Amino acid sequence: MKVMQERVSMGLNGNAAAAHAMRQINPHVVAAYPITPQTDCVERFAEFVSEGLVDTEFVTVESEHSALSACIGAAASGGRVMTATSSQGLALMWEMLYIAASMRLPIVMMVVNRALSGNINIHCDHSDTMGARDAGWIQLFSENAQEVYDNMIQAVRIAEDMRVRLPVMVTQDGFIISHAVERVELLGDEEVKTFVGPYKALYSLLDLQHPVTYGPLDLFDYYFEHKRSQIEAIDNCLPVIEEVGKEFGKLSGRFYGLLEEYRLADAEYAVVVLGSTCGTAKEAVDRLRDRGKKVGLLKIRCFRPFPKEQIIRALAPLKGVAVLDRSVTFGGFGGPVFTEIRSALYDVSPRPLIIDFYYGLGGRDIYVEDIEKAFARIEDVVRVGWVDKHIDYLGLRE
Amino acid sequence: MPTLKELAKRPERLTPGHRLCAGCGAPIAVRLILAAADKPVVAANATGCLEVSTTIFPYTAWNIPWIHSAFENAAATIAGVESMYRAKRRRGEIDEEIYFVAFGGDGGTYDIGLQALSGALERGHRFLYVCYNNEAYMNTGIQRSSATPLGAWTTTSPVGRVLPGKTQWRKNLTEIVAAHGIPYVAQSVASNWRDLVNKAEKAFHTDGPSFINVLASCNRGWRHEPSETLKVMQLAVECCIWPLYEVENGVYRLTYKPKEKKPVEEWLRVQGRFRHLLAPENRHLVEAFQRYVDEEWEKLLKRCGEA
Repeated sequence: MKVMQERVSMGLNGNAAAAHAMRQINPHVVAAYPITPQTDCVERFAEFVSEGLVDTEFVTVESEHSALSACIGAAASGGRVMTATSSQGLALMWEMLYIAASMRLPIVMMVVNRALSGNINIHCDHSDTMGARDAGWIQLFSENAQEVYDNMIQAVRIAEDMRVRLPVMVTQDGFIISHAVERVELLGDEEVKTFVGPYKALYSLLDLQHPVTYGPLDLFDYYFEHKRSQIEAIDNCLPVIEEVGKEFGKLSGRFYGLLEEYRLADAEYAVVVLGSTCGTAKEAVDRLRDRGKKVGLLKIRCFRPFPKEQIIRALAPLKGVAVLDRSVTFGGFGGPVFTEIRSALYDVSPRPLIIDFYYGLGGRDIYVEDIEKAFARIEDVVRVGWVDKHIDYLGLRE
Repeated sequence: MPTLKELAKRPERLTPGHRLCAGCGAPIAVRLILAAADKPVVAANATGCLEVSTTIFPYTAWNIPWIHSAFENAAATIAGVESMYRAKRRRGEIDEEIYFVAFGGDGGTYDIGLQALSGALERGHRFLYVCYNNEAYMNTGIQRSSATPLGAWTTTSPVGRVLPGKTQWRKNLTEIVAAHGIPYVAQSVASNWRDLVNKAEKAFHTDGPSFINVLASCNRGWRHEPSETLKVMQLAVECCIWPLYEVENGVYRLTYKPKEKKPVEEWLRVQGRFRHLLAPENRHLVEAFQRYVDEEWEKLLKRCGEA
């Protein structure tokens, strides 16, 4: 294994792409606990530590709860901190997610999306990350291994920006991205080092001249105002995410925004998708376009904060929208993506008709034909002029 | 070991004005332990009385860097702080020598925080973990913990027609920690400043994990006058209910041996939480309590080469 000074294209799976980004970022502290399907990332990073390719203090904690707790202690001590997890691990961290965000600690966490128990299942869906959507973390979704790598590097800059100072989750779909080898272009080590820059410590516990108290008792007289300022903080990061995406584009040739619009400019119908299914959706769009259908895709890269204005601009001109949700809200009115999109479009007039599809739970495959069915359905809904069934399923045996 | 005079001149790291109860054992222990640190110290705190009563926003009683994040993770949190310190030392970003300490009550240590503590001890971080043990969940209003002694009344082991308070003996956390084979483990009490400061100093000087289990009375839960705190704690030592000893690199040493071992009843008698045990029909429980203490004491004497 050697240090890479120059740009290089390698065959890497998503876990390896994330591990290489972590190697190049060279954080002060990584505290992580292995869990399928993220394990491979932690193993590879342990190799980098073992080979002396990073200067990182690698804390092999006894649980994910301790992983994020140690990350919080480390990040409050004035240095760059990263971790990675999946599914039950993220669920076990749940308590600490809110605390990390409330303390405004710029921790970067890679999440390999996996279904939540029960029953136990190791394959992809988004129930783990979506369960954490209100925790105060920025959430960036990735379509493929290249985006995982690119998002990890950008996440550091976004999290540590003085206008942000919030933790960031970079997600990738379990096995579909984490274990599938693709061609990934890596930047040179120095390029990454320069791009992320030196860490700027704020209120460090190791600054002995300025002792700070982290995590005080905060009662009815102040807590509410603190939450208000936290709301402001996360809402303010949208332009920063866009800026960093542009700057990264200038460096790498790969530009990133909050959303990606695929053949949407003149479309009448669109699907809204997150993660690896965007690749499948693009193929479906291409096939339908070949048949003369005016269809497109809206890919959401940044789900938290929710880019409401950009989504309204992208979807308002359409006749119909089919949202694809890879996680459910039991007892709720549709999946998390659907409810947000539908709410965002409420003030638009005339409004596109909107339907939701649950799909891919527990790693159930999604095919191009499934997405074609979703397009056919929304076209029917628009033809009839009203939604008779808001929520349906793709790829389910009934 | 500093003299009392020297200790009095050390900076106050937990300052007056905190809102712990009058007669609380916890701040006595914390101030003595922090006074024993001859270098700067950074502290982590588990959720509990000590944490909520010292940091009511926008005030803080801490003159040192201090972090609280949750209940069960003081050991993991301080492990993160210490890891960042090591990473920064390695990169030449910091050169001061700093001590790291975590404080947790018996709830945050014996029970909900045991896993994080065990993990941090096994990984060998250089830090001191202090359990200020008041033998129940006092912050939430006196519920039993695995540190609560047999027969004690608590709100979750109430005394009723069928049950005489807590029906289980406490677990021996000091021995559980010692079984990790870390370089320094001790049991001390907030009523014996010399013993506690001496042990804290040794712990801070230890190159690796160290642990001190400090008995610290909660007069609200133990049911005694606030002015009696030191006396009640010391009586636990004199009755051999809470022996003072240390395990240094595996070697056991008794650090205080009562001249005359007092019967446990003397300790039970001064606390309202054991009042019901003094009734004639509960005599067998007092006897069981005494037998258990005798057995544990004998075992400890053997380990310490005193028997």
